Amino acid sequence: MLTSVETLPQGAASRDHALSGVLAANHATRRQGPKRRKQEEENTKRMQWVDHMVKIASSQDKTAFAELFGHFAPRIKGFLIKSGADATLAEECAQDVMASVWTKAHMFDPARASVATWIFTIARNRRIDMLRREKRPEPEELTWGPEAEPEQTDVLALQQECEILGRALQDLPSPQRDLIQKAYFGDMSHSEIAEQTGLPLGTIKSRIRLALDRLRHAMK
Amino acid sequence: MAYSAGTLPEAFNLIVATHISLCDTCRADAESYDSLGGALLEQANASAVDMSPDSLAATMALIAGSPVEDIARPVVSKGVLPSPLQDYVGGDLADIKWKPVGMGVKQAILKTSSDATARLLLIPAGAAMPDHSHNGVEITMVLKGAFQDEDGYFARGDVEIADSDVHHTPVADIHEDCICLAVTDAPLKFRSLIPKLAQPFLRI
Repeated sequence: MLTSVETLPQGAASRDHALSGVLAANHATRRQGPKRRKQEEENTKRMQWVDHMVKIASSQDKTAFAELFGHFAPRIKGFLIKSGADATLAEECAQDVMASVWTKAHMFDPARASVATWIFTIARNRRIDMLRREKRPEPEELTWGPEAEPEQTDVLALQQECEILGRALQDLPSPQRDLIQKAYFGDMSHSEIAEQTGLPLGTIKSRIRLALDRLRHAMK
Repeated sequence: MAYSAGTLPEAFNLIVATHISLCDTCRADAESYDSLGGALLEQANASAVDMSPDSLAATMALIAGSPVEDIARPVVSKGVLPSPLQDYVGGDLADIKWKPVGMGVKQAILKTSSDATARLLLIPAGAAMPDHSHNGVEITMVLKGAFQDEDGYFARGDVEIADSDVHHTPVADIHEDCICLAVTDAPLKFRSLIPKLAQPFLRI
């Protein structure tokens, strides 16, 4: 079936971000220390996903897509299973989300979101479609005028911010982290989380608030 | 946060999307909550879940059958109603199918899932909504004109969130009719008898 991909229509608005410069700049800031090195690796990887998205949008790069698929598809499937989908439905839906990643690749804006964030929003909307058979109202687009090429510095800044957020999330005490995860992945309201965990509603609310405060603090 | 996580009832999603269309601060907040979702997805344990063996091939087949999508996000509306709301109304102000609810107040209930109700309200200039409190949460957003109640003055784009502790009598500003989007997850509680009697018929 892979051969049929050659006949795909060209990306409607494919843009060449020429991100290699950014990637090189990223390598140049390397410093020593194992923790630091791990962070550098993660950051490089994040920029690599951005680069992959650009390749998919501009030249229908199947190798880049396969790598993206290998990384994100199981995560999406896991997310959907946690939200209450059975394995078959989650598999089907994850394939669907990844197909959207391909067909919407030209809409991805690396100055506004990381690849993970962008894929998360697609998966979330697909989940609402599929599990609830509802539509999800989306806000209006901003009107800064005709869409300009994203500035490389903006791209790098945004992607690094996501890196910091990711690290702050890992550093949260586990009770707080668990609840944030439940609120996002479990399709549960705070009172449903209260029922499931047996924790009082007030504790849940304050833990989530604390967690968000910490994350906000880390982002300053 | 719940909008971003996708766990809200449809009617609440609608009011959030409508508000974000007019409020850049809240848009930025919503985008940070999206990033948090992204970070969680990134950190999820992928080894716990296996994709079926032909998964990638099946996805490529899906892709081959579908065209490249165009920007699907609503474009900025030229009318009074922000575009997420126009989708539900099927047009702008002139297309709202108002039904009178008494004392000059009119409403139009929007079609959303049944776990919460979204309605447009028109309060004539200078008129008051009957004095009421709430069984659940009521979120009201002003689209045109303005209203005042015990908590303050609310104009276009402003949002008032009222829960069971709030007891209020919104009065429309005298300069023009006030149109609001109001979302509730439980019926309102009216103080006086007549609106109480009418309540079941008006679905308020």
